[in-house]
Amino acid sequence: MRSLLISLLAILWFASAALANEAAPAAADPALEARMTRITAELRCLVCQNQTIADSNADLAQDLRRQVREMLARGDDDAKIIQYMTDRYGDFVLYRPPMKATTLLLWFGPGLMVVLGLLALAVVMRRRARAAATQFEPDDPALFTDPHQS
Amino acid sequence: MSRSLRYILPLLAFLVLAGFLARGLNLDPREVPSPLIGKPAPGFALTRLDDAAQTIRREDMLGKVWVLNVWASWCVACREEHPMLVEFAKRKLVPLYGLNYKDKRPEGLGWLQQFGNPYSASLFDEDGRVGIDFGVYGVPETFIIDKQGLIRLKHIGPLTPDVIRERIEPMLKKLDA
Amino acid sequence: MSAEVGHFALWLALGIALVLSIVPMLGAARHRADWMAIARPAAALQFAFVAFAFGCLVTAFVNNDFSVLYVASNSNTSLPTHYRVAAVWGGHEGSMLLWLLMLTGWAFAVARFSKHLPLPVLARILSVMGMLSVGFLLFLLLTSNPFDRLANPPLDGRDLNPLLQDPGMVFHPPMLYMGYVGLSVAFSFSVAALIGGNLDGIWARWTRPWTTVAWIFLTIGIAMGSGWAYYELGWGGWWFWDPVENASFMPWLVATALIHSLAVTEKRGSFKSWTVLLAILAFSLSLLGTFLVRSGVLSSVHAFATDPRRGLFILAFLVFVIGSSLALYAWRAPTVGLGARFEWVSRETFLLVNNVLLMAACGAVLLGTLYPLLLDALGMGKISVGPPYFDTVFVPLMAPLVFLIGVGPLARWKAAELPALAKRLRWALLVAIVAALLTAWLRGHLSVVSVLGLAMAFWVVAALLTDLADRLKPSGVVRTSVLSRARQIPRAMIGMMIAHFGIAVFIFGVTLVKSGEVERDVKMDVGDTTEVRGYTFTFRGVQPLQGPNYRAAQGTVEVTRDGKAVTTLHPEKRVFPVAGTTMTEAAIDPGFTRDLYVSLGEPLTGNTWIVRVYVKPFVGWIWGGCLLMAFGGFLAATDRRYRSKVRESAAADAKVAAT
Repeated sequence: MRSLLISLLAILWFASAALANEAAPAAADPALEARMTRITAELRCLVCQNQTIADSNADLAQDLRRQVREMLARGDDDAKIIQYMTDRYGDFVLYRPPMKATTLLLWFGPGLMVVLGLLALAVVMRRRARAAATQFEPDDPALFTDPHQS
Repeated sequence: MSRSLRYILPLLAFLVLAGFLARGLNLDPREVPSPLIGKPAPGFALTRLDDAAQTIRREDMLGKVWVLNVWASWCVACREEHPMLVEFAKRKLVPLYGLNYKDKRPEGLGWLQQFGNPYSASLFDEDGRVGIDFGVYGVPETFIIDKQGLIRLKHIGPLTPDVIRERIEPMLKKLDA
Repeated sequence: MSAEVGHFALWLALGIALVLSIVPMLGAARHRADWMAIARPAAALQFAFVAFAFGCLVTAFVNNDFSVLYVASNSNTSLPTHYRVAAVWGGHEGSMLLWLLMLTGWAFAVARFSKHLPLPVLARILSVMGMLSVGFLLFLLLTSNPFDRLANPPLDGRDLNPLLQDPGMVFHPPMLYMGYVGLSVAFSFSVAALIGGNLDGIWARWTRPWTTVAWIFLTIGIAMGSGWAYYELGWGGWWFWDPVENASFMPWLVATALIHSLAVTEKRGSFKSWTVLLAILAFSLSLLGTFLVRSGVLSSVHAFATDPRRGLFILAFLVFVIGSSLALYAWRAPTVGLGARFEWVSRETFLLVNNVLLMAACGAVLLGTLYPLLLDALGMGKISVGPPYFDTVFVPLMAPLVFLIGVGPLARWKAAELPALAKRLRWALLVAIVAALLTAWLRGHLSVVSVLGLAMAFWVVAALLTDLADRLKPSGVVRTSVLSRARQIPRAMIGMMIAHFGIAVFIFGVTLVKSGEVERDVKMDVGDTTEVRGYTFTFRGVQPLQGPNYRAAQGTVEVTRDGKAVTTLHPEKRVFPVAGTTMTEAAIDPGFTRDLYVSLGEPLTGNTWIVRVYVKPFVGWIWGGCLLMAFGGFLAATDRRYRSKVRESAAADAKVAAT
């Protein structure tokens, strides 16, 4: 009798462990979900103060997320989804500014700044190289006796 | 560049920046201009708010200039503009239709009962899809659509007498309502 | 009562600030020692009055005095006491008072720790700081008075925004403001030197520690803000390139360029006018940041409630301060000398290229932040510029900079030889690349981005160790021990090494998190499990919980690894009845090599919830790296040469007497 009881308890214990399921993913298709995450992270929530529709709980953000999900399920590619959004809301809805005539300065500006900066440095160095020695301050001897010049 | 002249560059650059910042004080960084101006109004087929059996389509609206006002019973700012709309509708300048956005029929109808119904009809957009197609992001918004079905004007925010006088009426005149 | 007294104290402070702005400056021009002597006591007095006013505001908050409009808008009787204090800087008016407290505090510190400065120099510096105080006091008193009363005080206040009810709120703004405002010291030193004509290596030596300390606070402040966003916002991000974040990052970039430029100016007397320009720009960006956050010109989660009148005032103040200092620069900078000579390849040049890259990075952030405004103002349409832009543009600028971090410290002043440098560093480069490839492969994400990031981090460390090894090598005839050679290394040099090491740690963390983090969104019922990277997460359901001013649904998630218990996490969803908002409070198990991050999504039917589980490798190294940078800065700022006050005085006095 006692061994029957113990067996029963053991079975119940194992059964309960088996019932603890491996959790199902929140999304049906993880690959699609990855695309969803990537696309919604680049779309702006228009009623929020600077958030993506991925992060926002606003109604419009939820509606647009639903829209993106439907388009993904339909098999639309990324470009089509982006086009859908900009057709309705303009470029403002994109956090990645499109490359246009008006954004050339934006995208190439930083590179231009580096080039101009290095050029300016070179010009100044050249001017210094041509200046007479008397225009310069003498070197601090202490600095040059230290082998590591800390 | 002359030696002394380049030292003035930072100051000049800053003044240009300050100019832009000053201009920015008068702009709204969150206002979204519509890319649909001059483009055909999106297709829609929605039931009437007061009669679920009747459907109004975009094609039904061709051939006349009409105004679409996006509203909802949960929208506080809509209450501000509503008296203006009621007055405007009385002048019968142009057919005025409502787009009841993300609302429930009983609440929408109740709201119209309480505050007045200036609309020839209200289209019931329960899930907001038509709103998205029109690029609606906040309520209230108002559109003017011409005889060919092109969107010619979008106003974001509540209508005021100034807006009606300075933006709506001139556009209606231009479109020969 | 205390509000009126506090308000009056601010008016008194304004009076003193006016005296401080004018009298010592005139005294320096006219060699009137008695006028110049006013500077120190005036700085102390203005600080005392502002501190008193600040104390009055804190009292009003702690005592729940809702007859004060600002208190009623930002506090509530159910708000815990420490958050009532933090709420003092939770809104625009109070945060401006905090800014003012810091400004007068720094001025007082300069007055106090300046025995080595000649009186005319100090007088000018404090006058400039006084002028800044006048501007901020006027702004506060005329447009943003925190002591305004309400005619009909409400029974209870509107409560502090739930997002701000957090320890981060207690520390992050004060740290950040200490940094922002601290840059006003370098600014004042520079403007004073332009006026007085004493721009030289000694001036640089005086300015350096103040700049470094401000930089330290800014580093910590920004790191705290990032850490706070990470654990507060519920989806594990730590930097969003939000306009307000950028507003704090730009002064940091310029301040970093400044501390390196000051090194050149101090050691070699070169590029003085460039250093002065950087000091002016650094503080100008602090002021610009203040404008951007409060004017409504940009849209941001951090922005304060806006008012066009305030925006206009700050802009006018900005134009006056920055415009006049840049005009002064344009007038006086051409007369500054060339300093000592140096070759095309030298430590000086490497430091200057460092400056070019840092300024280009700052320019990129500025461009991205203001571009939407630019286009809108020109009527050329409306765009958004967000993380995709900044991430794309920023990293390529940083890569060459990080390369230089390895090379610069090993280069000699005045003239360095490229072949010799290359020879010394070739092993470091090889080790870096191999270590990067190995690490990326072992962690399972062998990609270009990942290997590049790791290589950058390993390169800095390897080059650093090369430098250290050289310094510890025996040199010369006298035999010394490794330990004594180690003690010979100046503290500032150790500080530099640790700060650079901090950068490597930071890059390492960022690279591994970006390449290796795993996110899992799952539907979990009670008892369900999910496995991520060897960790098993078991959901035990959700219980209701009552907090001091919120109701919460608290979840329990048990984490095990290889059958052994690791931790139990309690993510929450909190509802704040007064403010009417819902917040997701993530549960994090921080670790040296990884963070486990769990947050509750939406409830589904029955006991099932959507749960988000993350394993983030080495994410803590991001902020650890920042702290190391700050610590390195601390060591550098407390180097012996800044603590010997007597040595400089006599020589400096003689020099200044001649001006």
